[in-house]
Amino acid sequence: MKSVINVALPKGRLGEKVYDMFEAAGFDCPSIKENNRKLTFENEEKGLRFFWVKPSDVAIYVERGAADIGIAGKDILLEYCPDVYELLDLGIGKCRMAVAAKSGFRDNREKTLRVATKFTRIAREYYAGKGRDIDIIHLNGSIELAPILGLSDVIVDIVETGKTLLENDLIPMETVVPISARLIANKANFKFKSEKIEAIVNGLAAISKQNQ
Amino acid sequence: MILDDKILKSGEQAVFALRALYQRYGYIQFKMSKFEEYDFYVRNKDFLVGDGVITFNDTDGKLLALKPDVTLSIVKSNQDESETVHKLYYNENVYRISKNTHTFKEIMQTGLEYIGNIDTYAMTEVVLLAVKSLEAVSENYMLDLSHLGVLSALMQTLSVSESDKKKLIHCIGEKNPHGVREICAEANVPTELSEKLVVLIGAYGKPSDVLPKLRALDAGEEAEKAIKELEVITQTLETVGYANRIHIDFSVVNDMNYYSGIVFRGFIDGIPEGILSGGRYDKLMRKMGSHTGAVGFAVYLDMLELLDTHEKEYDTDILLLYDDQADTCELIKAVSVLAKNGTRVLAQKIKPEAIRYRQLLAYRNGGLEILEIGD
Repeated sequence: MKSVINVALPKGRLGEKVYDMFEAAGFDCPSIKENNRKLTFENEEKGLRFFWVKPSDVAIYVERGAADIGIAGKDILLEYCPDVYELLDLGIGKCRMAVAAKSGFRDNREKTLRVATKFTRIAREYYAGKGRDIDIIHLNGSIELAPILGLSDVIVDIVETGKTLLENDLIPMETVVPISARLIANKANFKFKSEKIEAIVNGLAAISKQNQ
Repeated sequence: MILDDKILKSGEQAVFALRALYQRYGYIQFKMSKFEEYDFYVRNKDFLVGDGVITFNDTDGKLLALKPDVTLSIVKSNQDESETVHKLYYNENVYRISKNTHTFKEIMQTGLEYIGNIDTYAMTEVVLLAVKSLEAVSENYMLDLSHLGVLSALMQTLSVSESDKKKLIHCIGEKNPHGVREICAEANVPTELSEKLVVLIGAYGKPSDVLPKLRALDAGEEAEKAIKELEVITQTLETVGYANRIHIDFSVVNDMNYYSGIVFRGFIDGIPEGILSGGRYDKLMRKMGSHTGAVGFAVYLDMLELLDTHEKEYDTDILLLYDDQADTCELIKAVSVLAKNGTRVLAQKIKPEAIRYRQLLAYRNGGLEILEIGD
């Protein structure tokens, strides 16, 4: 039981890419590729257990120690500020948190800026740093709709290619912060499993370097 | 009264074990009042872990607060400028906002403070007691020891803004080398200096491995002095039998406005966060107007609940059913006899739902009747 490292992977394309990195580094778990409804996948021989969770939940699993390590986007880490170690920048899932608005938008500093976003903490801190008075509108999805319907002046959201924005006549303006996937670890579990976790970090770091 | 491990939960056992431990080393219990004037916390707000304090008005209208912290109160009542050393321990409830639920939470805290002239003996004794505190709670434990002197010496060599310094310290707390490199690159810090911080992040583990790495940083006199302190403390602990229980780890970064010198954090296998936290807080003493030094730590006992994983098989050993005809006096006697050797007896008229018992007895016509015997 003790020597098993629990790994929380984010569901979706990013998580699959991350798993490929684990595999390439020699930390594989063949059963994960089987198409079934199992929730956890174990490689007993190598002492690894993987499981898929919602990307925004990875940090919770790790912070509370249910997972020893996990992969989370920097956006999630900045938004929820979990008390974890951030051991490695995997260099994948690269995108940026940016401010976007309807083309032709001109920031009127005389007025409170209405900002729609899923990432309220990041947006609030960004504008607080600029001393700008804002009205935060927290949305859970379809953020791009807000400026189109006049719900907000701008949005703060993740921009990957900018294609969705462009199709909706929105343009990205300032970059708030660059984002990529990070390897995080539970602080207490790290003390008792540091050797194995270090081996994984070193293995993934080597793969990440090759990829670049 | 006989108390055994079966009755006491981990947290309760720890309270007794720790009290005995601190007393053996000459610490005296400090019992404090439940409330403190709110104003006192406002003045020392930054020292508190969180912002929230439960406040209420006293009968004379004065605003009082339920203690969110013990150390401040102890320091306040021990402002002694003489050379006398005060060695105190406490076991108190504090009230803080839980990070996860954002609601107030009662936390049982026990800990000790060594106030007065702090020398190497004092520091070593407190670190030793921190290790022994962890040992009293669980077999599998680890104490991370750090020294803010090394960190502040390295920080002084960088010409970066205060806000960048804060961010860098945060990255060190996260063991985040890529974050350090990023911030340093943006602030035009020479790579050789930023790489020293990266080395510091990687310098964790056994003192015998880490100390040479720290010396190689060549970070000046202040750092050298700090490294020497770490060496003396860790070597002493190794000779008294705690060689594999203490690691040097610079990710322990307590607030540098209050702490200086050694800081440490204790972990137990099975609990996802540190349960012991402490260090040397001479700077807090200065802020409180005292010129002596202090070092101490707190153990958070509420987390120990997680160690009691084995679920009790039965709620009671004997469930005894009786009816209206039962003679109270005789029934009491029968229950007392059954409960004599620590057997748990639950006397009820009606069998409760969802209760797990070892034996089901009935008290009828002045005698006991066995109805069911569990496996």
